[in-house]
Amino acid sequence: MSDATGDTVLEVRDLKTYFFLRRGIVKAVDGVSFSLRRGEVLGLVGESGCGKSLTALSVMRLLPKGAARTVDGQVLLDGEDILTRTPNEMREIRGRKISMILQDPQTSLNPVFTVGDQLREAISRRTRGRKSEAMREAVEALRRVDISAPEQRIGQFPHQMSGGMKQRVVGAIAISGHPEVLIADEPTTALDVTIQLQYLKLLQRLQQETGMAILFITHDFGVVARMCDRVAVMYAGRIVECGPVAQVFDSPSHPYTQALIASVPKMTGSTERLYTIEGQPPSLMDLPVGCRFAPRCPHAERRCVEAYPASFTVGAEHTADCWRLAAR
Amino acid sequence: MKRYIVYRLLQGVVLLCLVATFVFFLGRLTGNPVDLMLPEDATAEDRVSMIKALGLDGPLHEQFLIFVKNALQGDLGMSIRMRQPAVEAFFSRLPNTLAIVPWALLLAMVFGIPLGVIAALNRGNMVDRAAGTIAVLGIATPNFWLGILLIFLFSVELGWLPSGRMGGPEHYVLPVFTLGTFLIAGFMRLVRSSMLEVMESEFVKLARIKGLSEGVVIWKHCLRNALIPVLTLWGVFVGNLVTGAIVTETVFAWPGVGRLTYEAVIFRDFPLLQAVIILDAILILSINLVVDILYAYVDPRIRIA
Amino acid sequence: MSIRESASPEPIAAPRPWWLVAAVPGVLTFARGPARRGVPWIPIFIITVMVTMALFAPLLAPYSPIDQTLRDKLIPPFWVEGGSMQYILGTDAFGRDILSRLIYGARVSLIVATLALVAGGGVGLMIGIVAGYFGGVIDNALMRLVDAAFTFPAILFALLLAVTMGQGLGTLVLAISLLLWASFARVLRGEVLALKQRDFVALAKVRGCSSLRIMLTHIFPNVLNTFMVLVTLNIGVVIIAEASLSFLGAGIPPPTPTWGLMVSDGRGRIAEAWWVSLIPGIAITLLVLSVNLFGDWLRDRLDPRLRQL
Repeated sequence: MSDATGDTVLEVRDLKTYFFLRRGIVKAVDGVSFSLRRGEVLGLVGESGCGKSLTALSVMRLLPKGAARTVDGQVLLDGEDILTRTPNEMREIRGRKISMILQDPQTSLNPVFTVGDQLREAISRRTRGRKSEAMREAVEALRRVDISAPEQRIGQFPHQMSGGMKQRVVGAIAISGHPEVLIADEPTTALDVTIQLQYLKLLQRLQQETGMAILFITHDFGVVARMCDRVAVMYAGRIVECGPVAQVFDSPSHPYTQALIASVPKMTGSTERLYTIEGQPPSLMDLPVGCRFAPRCPHAERRCVEAYPASFTVGAEHTADCWRLAAR
Repeated sequence: MKRYIVYRLLQGVVLLCLVATFVFFLGRLTGNPVDLMLPEDATAEDRVSMIKALGLDGPLHEQFLIFVKNALQGDLGMSIRMRQPAVEAFFSRLPNTLAIVPWALLLAMVFGIPLGVIAALNRGNMVDRAAGTIAVLGIATPNFWLGILLIFLFSVELGWLPSGRMGGPEHYVLPVFTLGTFLIAGFMRLVRSSMLEVMESEFVKLARIKGLSEGVVIWKHCLRNALIPVLTLWGVFVGNLVTGAIVTETVFAWPGVGRLTYEAVIFRDFPLLQAVIILDAILILSINLVVDILYAYVDPRIRIA
Repeated sequence: MSIRESASPEPIAAPRPWWLVAAVPGVLTFARGPARRGVPWIPIFIITVMVTMALFAPLLAPYSPIDQTLRDKLIPPFWVEGGSMQYILGTDAFGRDILSRLIYGARVSLIVATLALVAGGGVGLMIGIVAGYFGGVIDNALMRLVDAAFTFPAILFALLLAVTMGQGLGTLVLAISLLLWASFARVLRGEVLALKQRDFVALAKVRGCSSLRIMLTHIFPNVLNTFMVLVTLNIGVVIIAEASLSFLGAGIPPPTPTWGLMVSDGRGRIAEAWWVSLIPGIAITLLVLSVNLFGDWLRDRLDPRLRQL
């Protein structure tokens, strides 16, 4: 864990990204707001399909061409709204101020270029130096992510490396521009379990060394517990709870968060049956007016269905969107 | 890597043997192979000596052995019409074909590949449809007719270019263009579909994350990967080239190997045709081998395999 | 081969068919259809016209395609000076009516195309099913053969066949079949490989059906869809192949009119009688284009998976 300092480096306000399909509009990201402070690690949790990755892509403005579009909201990076930037300006920003680690190491690297080449591409943008200097930096970068014998690895192709090593390379590429914000989109999901911990430790170390802020996207609460200072829980395109990790774990306030935490199998105590959440997430084309979790919520009341819950504070910087909290 | 080359070489040799055997049998299938080999005014003695030379009075397998023996010595028969060894005729004309083929290929690549990329970038809109129309046109227009049309337009009507035969650079223009357009459509379609696939890849996303310019992303990262299938299908392109060359050279009276093939057909010069096919096979297989090696160089994943 | 070997005493002022050359791309752009999903009406219309010409040739053709009337040779089409409605598309060097030859030529093209597709496609189908179903060594061997077929231009064998076996319908069909079978075999084998995994095949095996029976009753009907799409996609290839072989003198021998032969005939007189060569070529192009556009549309409707073909 890091010690987060004052100011906000990334603030997302009411971000909406929709897919415009022939059949209808898919509201994949529907009013997401959060803030990321300098040097802190914010976790973004939710089940598959809730819109986490799309939020990240919307922030990076790397939405797949075609049907998807960000229709509303603001993304303030260092106070400036990057949603209004021109493509050229975004290019400058990417890699330097904000960067990303993708999920699948097998496909993130270009198979026909060496690892060294791909690293140098990223480095050259910053240094604009000679090739030899960029080479040295590349070797250093590999060393920094704990890759042994980096001088040899430089000349290797991606398919000659293991998944864990490839993901380290991706990490090296991501930080080569000294970004202020790093978005890690489920970086360990595709890795072997035995390697996941190593990688997380690597990320932590890098984060402490550089002081960058990390938006850590995952569906695994264990990872959240380890890595994050704060956590935001996402469901059906919206954030339903957000707060410091310890607080959210100790007193989860939104029924969905409670259910998620309850679903994690515990090693202590006896468990007769694994807890699962009944039902399915709603279709993003056909969202209900009220609380989106209501159909599956054991505590649902009439007001839950009628209107979307407001945001209620349940602790220091800890909010949750649930009508049941209105009483307090 | 070495194993890969040797393997491909062996494959080529096997293929060559197959082709040669097939050609051999076709020649012996018809009732009277002697007639195929000799001109019409052959005397009785000519016939007898031919029968002896090729062992046509003996069993089939002996004939085959003689055939192979001759072939290995570079003797693939005597052209009826030209009255010279078929192999000689082939190699004397080969340079003329090699004079236009590379240009046609260059033309096809210079136009086909960028067109394919542009079509992929503009997927769905007018540019793509226009490019697509060009491609479909290219495939539908018979090569020989295009050549004749071009002759009519540029030679007869406009008088800008000569209508055939070898000569100065102006003689090259129409044949090269005709042969090239044959291939442009194929290149374009392939590059387009290949690019569309590659552009969805994750590593393209990573390239953008790095903040690379769109130009670099497309022309360096995407295209390099998109061209790999082009190499894989190279064999088909070479085959098309040979086919195209036959027709194009015929239309433009270009004295190359393609025209030689045509002459062999209309003059029923079987020994010449037989030789042309086998030599073509060797040529094609050699080119394919070179391309295979190139392929291994371009796609690093193959090198290790 | 000089193009000015003119034997005709009065070279007819042959006006420029510029508009024709411009019209062709124009028609084609329209023929492409309004939208991806729009039914390609123009191609369908063209195909219908051609098929009708082929089927009802004796009824539609104003003249006999092979009778020579040397008195009426090299008359231009009716819209050109010197032409008349008597010979709508003009005549060739032997005084034969171009339109009639065109109509009969359609018949030849259709017959050859049908036979070649059945033969070549059929062989490809069988090999594809056998290779896909049995797998292993058989599959390997057959696929090597397919690879070889792709590498080597089939036209050379086609020419060889024409020389050794003589020109004729049988030789031509055989030659064109050689072009087709490999691509059919490859694609259909892929289909069969996928089908093999399905439950109903396993069920049939469990019930003790013989391999032949399974291939016939279970596999075959399910690949028929793909087969038909392949057929439509390859009609264009066959027509061009037939035209090319005829042009090279390896197709059906004269005096039977085939479009390829007509183009070849007119080659020597391109300067003063462009219509003899150019008009049949336009017919070929239009037909192949229509068939391709129609085939694309059909494939999009029936099986978009084949888009990479």
